[in-house]
Amino acid sequence: MATIHVDGQRYEVAGADNLLNACLSLGLDVPYFCWHPALGSVGACRQCAVKQYRDEDDTRGALVMSCMTPAADGTRISIDDEEAREFRASVIEWLMIHHPHDCPVCEEGGHCHLQDMTMMTGHDRRRYRFRKRTHHNQDLGPFIAHEMNRCITCYRCVRFYRDHAGGKDLGAFGANDNIYFGRHQDGVLESPFAGNLTEVCPTGVFTDQTHSERYTRKWDLQFAPSVCHQCSVGCNISPGERYGELRRIENRYHGDVNRFFLCDRGRFGYGYVNRDDRPRLPEWRSHRDDAGVTLEVDAALDHGADRLRRVRRVIGIGSPRASLESNHQLRELVGDDGFSTGIAAAEQRCLSLMQRLNQSCGLPTPTPREVERHDAVLILGEDLLESAARLGLAVRQAAQARHETLAAERDIPHWHAAAVRTLGQDYYHPVFIAYPTPTGLDDVTAARWALAPDDIARLGFAVAHEIDGSAPAVTDLDPGTREAARDIAARLMAAERPLVVSGGSLGSEAILRAAGNVARALSRRARRGGLVLVRREVNSTGLTMMGGEPLEWALDELASRRADAVVILENDLHQRLPAPSVEAALAAAETVVVLDHQRTATWQRAHLGLPAASFAEADGTVVSLEGRAQRFFQVFDPAHLRPETRIRASWRWLHALRADLLRHAAADTTLDEVIRDCARAYPSLAGIVDAAPDADYRVHGLKLAREPHRYSGRTAMRAHLDVSEPRVSRDPDSPFTFSMEGYSGFDQPREEVAFAWAPGWNSPQAWNKFTDEVGGHLRAGDPGVRLMAPRPGDHAYATSIPEGFRRRDGKWQVVMLPRLFGGEETSSRAAPILARAAPPALLLAADDVARLGVSDGDRLAVIGHAGALTLSVCHEATLPPGVVGVPAGLAPSLEAGEWARLATPSGHARRDEVRK
Amino acid sequence: MRLRKVIEGTVSQLRTLGMIFMHGFRKRQTLNYPEEPVTLPPRYRGRIVLTRDPDGEERCVACNLCAVACPVACISLQKGESEDGRWYPEFFRINFSRCIYCGMCEEACPTSAIQLTPDVEMGEYQRQELVYEKQDLLINGPGKDHDYHFYKVAGLAIAGKDKGQAQDEAAPVDVRTLLP
Repeated sequence: MATIHVDGQRYEVAGADNLLNACLSLGLDVPYFCWHPALGSVGACRQCAVKQYRDEDDTRGALVMSCMTPAADGTRISIDDEEAREFRASVIEWLMIHHPHDCPVCEEGGHCHLQDMTMMTGHDRRRYRFRKRTHHNQDLGPFIAHEMNRCITCYRCVRFYRDHAGGKDLGAFGANDNIYFGRHQDGVLESPFAGNLTEVCPTGVFTDQTHSERYTRKWDLQFAPSVCHQCSVGCNISPGERYGELRRIENRYHGDVNRFFLCDRGRFGYGYVNRDDRPRLPEWRSHRDDAGVTLEVDAALDHGADRLRRVRRVIGIGSPRASLESNHQLRELVGDDGFSTGIAAAEQRCLSLMQRLNQSCGLPTPTPREVERHDAVLILGEDLLESAARLGLAVRQAAQARHETLAAERDIPHWHAAAVRTLGQDYYHPVFIAYPTPTGLDDVTAARWALAPDDIARLGFAVAHEIDGSAPAVTDLDPGTREAARDIAARLMAAERPLVVSGGSLGSEAILRAAGNVARALSRRARRGGLVLVRREVNSTGLTMMGGEPLEWALDELASRRADAVVILENDLHQRLPAPSVEAALAAAETVVVLDHQRTATWQRAHLGLPAASFAEADGTVVSLEGRAQRFFQVFDPAHLRPETRIRASWRWLHALRADLLRHAAADTTLDEVIRDCARAYPSLAGIVDAAPDADYRVHGLKLAREPHRYSGRTAMRAHLDVSEPRVSRDPDSPFTFSMEGYSGFDQPREEVAFAWAPGWNSPQAWNKFTDEVGGHLRAGDPGVRLMAPRPGDHAYATSIPEGFRRRDGKWQVVMLPRLFGGEETSSRAAPILARAAPPALLLAADDVARLGVSDGDRLAVIGHAGALTLSVCHEATLPPGVVGVPAGLAPSLEAGEWARLATPSGHARRDEVRK
Repeated sequence: MRLRKVIEGTVSQLRTLGMIFMHGFRKRQTLNYPEEPVTLPPRYRGRIVLTRDPDGEERCVACNLCAVACPVACISLQKGESEDGRWYPEFFRINFSRCIYCGMCEEACPTSAIQLTPDVEMGEYQRQELVYEKQDLLINGPGKDHDYHFYKVAGLAIAGKDKGQAQDEAAPVDVRTLLP
């Protein structure tokens, strides 16, 4: 601790940080541009000048940059000093001489750090009468719009993009006052974290292109605290709605998970919520091939209950992309013995194994923030930037943290970003990756191996054996791999906090068992390790904890007529299992009820379709890969501006359907009741009650506001429908109101913050007002509860080590490769993601390409036991020969790990004819 | 002392009565509205219009400042972007049954687009008729501000005005040159 004196007041601060950080943490306003809590100090913009005094008697003082001055014990500074104020005012005047007269047509306006800082310093008249420098813009792809005139040269963009996120294709060009930030030529920004530029840039140079077409100022958006549904990391987001459409996703600060940054899939993949073809009314088809009629709510429920009453047995198919509450209500409807998780058996086996490992391998699961503090990482069979991108960014920070270690040895403070980076150069903490193809983290790895899944597992088993001799040894291991294993083991053992990362992306249980063995070995030998296992979907972890039969079981029950009706919850079965088996099962069912928010292939096969709410229109709880149960809240009421819609949360539909089925009178329920039921029903999920405050939570006796207090147009936005304004929508489920009325301040600590705003702070930098210290944790604690804790006990090593991979003649092993863009079901329905996604291609080793006599771009069919997939070929130099890389997110006709034939499409067709 | 107060009071009363009586001979201020038309001063705050710039293009750039300034929140609009790069309101709605004609929208407008006019004859039998859409608001002239042309000042490039062609702008920097 250190004592500093600011304008005559004594404050206690942590002492390890710079003065700017300390002042902001104390809640004092100091303007700044180039500094960012995650990027450190470079002292480039000169905006944060304060006056520092030598001692009590010093009255003259000297101007210093607060971001470059340590908050040492006994420091005396003045922020209010006249000379310091004048200095800051003139700095911003210089920065503004070339700034265009753009605010009305700038998409940063209203949440602009430059506007905030200009107001804070009091600069309001332009004195410079000469010409403004201008720049041409670049086309940076479907996500980011570029308007270079607005740049104030703070360098934050390249420092984030290159130094923090490891991007290569954004740079600073030019010299003196001609500096240009962009790519070497027009083109898509390659980094999957490019979207953060919109929040990192203090002005409107980089703005959200997906938001541009339907742009709305931040003060006009209705927000709610939400959780990203596009992967299993559980990043916190603030989705903003206007006129009944989701308009943008902003980062919501969570001190343990995403902190300041999101990946582009999470930020730009929301478009499916706004699709015109979404079901908005219940649909009824007496026969499956009928066109379908729309129904009112009561009629739909009566029809549904009628049909379900008539059949002998109903089963339910849940979904890992639906909330725990919805899955629980489905389970209540169909009974424990009729509930399927809706996950294919192979994936479910991996998920259960991951669950067991997380609990019994002896190593805890670190939060993404803790991942950044590990100093050696072994990644087995995961391409994190494709499967859990935000976690990949955390692993990159773990590797780069070596720079800070080196700096600490030389007494350079960790926040001295430029010095730390110059010192660190290419020194990284060791990261080892075993994965069939190159990954986005390769540039920080100590070593990487392009291996087939079985060989990845063998490498893992060998590492475990090297760490702990009692772990099973791998027989007939080639000397190279043995050497590699020895090296990895030595580096992991030498580390303070070794981390093992694996997951179900490749669908290989052997890899997971190997990762488990390494974790177990480390838990016996090392001090503080961690194990992170990547799941695929937002609620995969939660659904595994809830339990249920795999999807194949449900299809089998239907096909064999042991069940004659099925209720499918937010799950497109055609995305999970090959179409013939799905179609056969659905055709055999007498009644198919589907709840979904997308018009999927499964929806089209339903007798009764109930329009479910997406994450933006419902409340619920999901469990992330670190076992954190987090609540997401409804952002808007879809019926407010489109009164004809009948969208309801799935758990509400299912509760009403059950009540109708049992002829109960009370059909409605609230979120809190459902959560309490759910927590009672599954002991492992008992903690979800505490994941967020319940609907009775109040601050100063007020509910919490979803809308900023400057929200405009309340008395006009609905006036074209009816000039008489209805009462605002009520929310019995959460402590939030669909209104600007309610608490939205920062002085009372609260976990669930819909949007960050503080007087004078309209930009995302306002989050600094909500945290205990800048870049720390929310003052009321970070949202969510951890449900997974490692239990001591079960430390038995897995012994089933697979044989080494051997290529087969005429057969290729299918390796499913996750894709950040296009590899996930719902975000793939958003136009910008489709535009960004690379065209799917089959990856083959260069050797195999030559052997097959095809060249890049040729079409080739992969024929597995359940179906085939035709794609164009692309050679991948590092891919091991004998495997074929198939991009995930396409029709599920192939299974990971199966041996498939390759044929030219015409040959494939010929063979099919022969078979007929 | 008391007598003096009585005298002063009486004089004051009589003077007031006299002044009131003299009003009977003054020029009549009341108009027989609506038979006689009323001419309001040009800066009177009545019906709101959206104006056009000197080139005849819509002035409104959908920046939302009028909406946020409106104390009764009776303005709502949506930004759109036309082919030539200009921002414009896709819809622009004023609920005049809520409007209090305070003129804050006009104060806030950075492009002189929204202006209050001295027309106050807006009575309707149906409240719904008081909801004005863009076609009801947009007029064919520049209103009170004859010259202002936002895009000539702004840095945003639009068709016909590239980067560096706005007022007080230098030609765009060529970042590939090494010359000073």
